Parts: sequence; structure tokens; C-alpha cells
Amino acid sequence: MPLDPSFVGRTYPPTAPYQVGREKIREFATAIGANDPAHHEPEAAQALGHPDVVAPPTFPVVLTMAASRQIIEDPALGVDYSRLVHGDQRFAYTRPVVAGDELVCVNTIEDVSTRGGHGFLTTRTDVRTVGGEPVVAVWAKYVVRGEA
Amino acid sequence: MELAAKTFRVTRADLVQYAGASGDFNPIHWSDRVATKVGLPGVIAHGMFTMALVGRAVTEWAGSPDAVVEYGVRFTRPVVVPDDDQGTEVEVTAVVREVTEEGLTRLDVTATCLGEKVLSQARATIRTAR
Repeated sequence: MPLDPSFVGRTYPPTAPYQVGREKIREFATAIGANDPAHHEPEAAQALGHPDVVAPPTFPVVLTMAASRQIIEDPALGVDYSRLVHGDQRFAYTRPVVAGDELVCVNTIEDVSTRGGHGFLTTRTDVRTVGGEPVVAVWAKYVVRGEA
Repeated sequence: MELAAKTFRVTRADLVQYAGASGDFNPIHWSDRVATKVGLPGVIAHGMFTMALVGRAVTEWAGSPDAVVEYGVRFTRPVVVPDDDQGTEVEVTAVVREVTEEGLTRLDVTATCLGEKVLSQARATIRTAR
């Protein structure tokens, strides 16, 4: 079933706030081998002008991947998850995520199309603090492979 | 200008650790049975794990963990990770495409595994070192 192009421009309600923990940043940094002290020691992050440890650049995916389920599991859009392939990923940062942030995600569908029997979906997730301060904008492109 | 290449070893243990840290438990990243059933040669790395390693290279080149302003990639080829102690290797190189008057440096990044590109259109913008 082709994806419904009328979903272009649709924005979903903000997700529940995500509390960014210092240990979660350390755990993520350790998992990718990022040893810079600013990911692990508050004093090192403060020396760079941040209130607490700084997350690595791709850390926001911890929130945005969970948030994207709003779109991917929207029964009205009808994405077949078993045929979903992650094509592109991009981040544009206002500032890095830091421990102590309380963040919400606002998902927007930027593009929906069908070409050559495959579905294409572009999502934008605006990650901001509960106070409304923008932190990072995150784009993902997915391919929904057509039936063979 | 070309930046010094960086090499990252990737083993099954790394994928398990990344799955836990990121919350991405898709079984194609830890089960050969599931991976081969969907037509993959075997367990593959999370695309976002590869992107994270490349991001590490970018922050190391930048000289600061908070210097990345923009970062994007296209996933073109899976990184297959064999179930042995050696795993595989991802090699990351970059060239400086532009240095702007506003103090930004734009990088074109290349990531390869076994000599094949695993990302395309991999680009990062970093603040020039303070």
C-alpha cells in the first residue's frame, strides 16, 4: 500500500519530557569509545562553558528514535516496519545536549513519496527544552521497500 | 586539506554495548539467524553506531566535543561484523571543503569498511578551534 502523501506537513503533539542523565551520557559515550573528559567529568564540561557533561553529537538519536515511533507506528500512515530501511540521518545543533536537560521532541513529516515501487519518508524532529529553547533539529529519511 | 585517517575496530561486543546504550535492540544487530532471514550476509552494525564513530572522528579533528554544528550522512552499505574476536574495521578520512569567514569549517567525510564506502554524502560543519 503506498504511503499517503496527504501526511506531508503533519506535526505530531510533543513527546513526554526526557530527562537527560549524566550517567546516560557517560554510558553512551563509553559505548562509542568517546573518551573526551567533557563527556564524563562535569568539571571538564564546565571548563568549556557547559553546566554539566556534554553528549556526543549522535546522542539525540536516543530520544528521536523513540519519538519517531509516533510516525512509524501511526496506523493511518501505514508504514510496514519490517520493510523500513534507514536511509539518511542529519543533525543541526543550536547547542549540544547536556546532562540535566529536560527535552521534548516535536515530529513533523516533511516528505512522503512513492517512486519505483518504494515508499520514501522524511521526518524532522525538533528537540527543545520543556521551556521551549531549541537544542537540535534532527532529520531522518526512510525507505519502505516495495513488495518484491 | 586532508585530515589524518582514523580507524575504529568494531566487534559483536561493541554492537551489544551500543544496543544497550542507545535503546536500539533490532535483532539484525545481534542475531545472525534474524539477519540472514531478512537477506543480510550476517549481523550488521547499527547505522547510527557507524555514524557515532564517524562523529567521534569529527570531534577529535575539531579538537573539542562540542564543536559540531551540523552533521549528516547517507547509509549506503551495511558494515558486516563477523562473530570473532577481530570483528571488522571502519576507516574514516576527511577533507576540508571550506573554511567560512564566520569561523566554520566544512568537512567531506569518507567512511569505508573492507575498502568499500559505507556512507555517502557524509558532511560535517564544525566551529574552527578556539
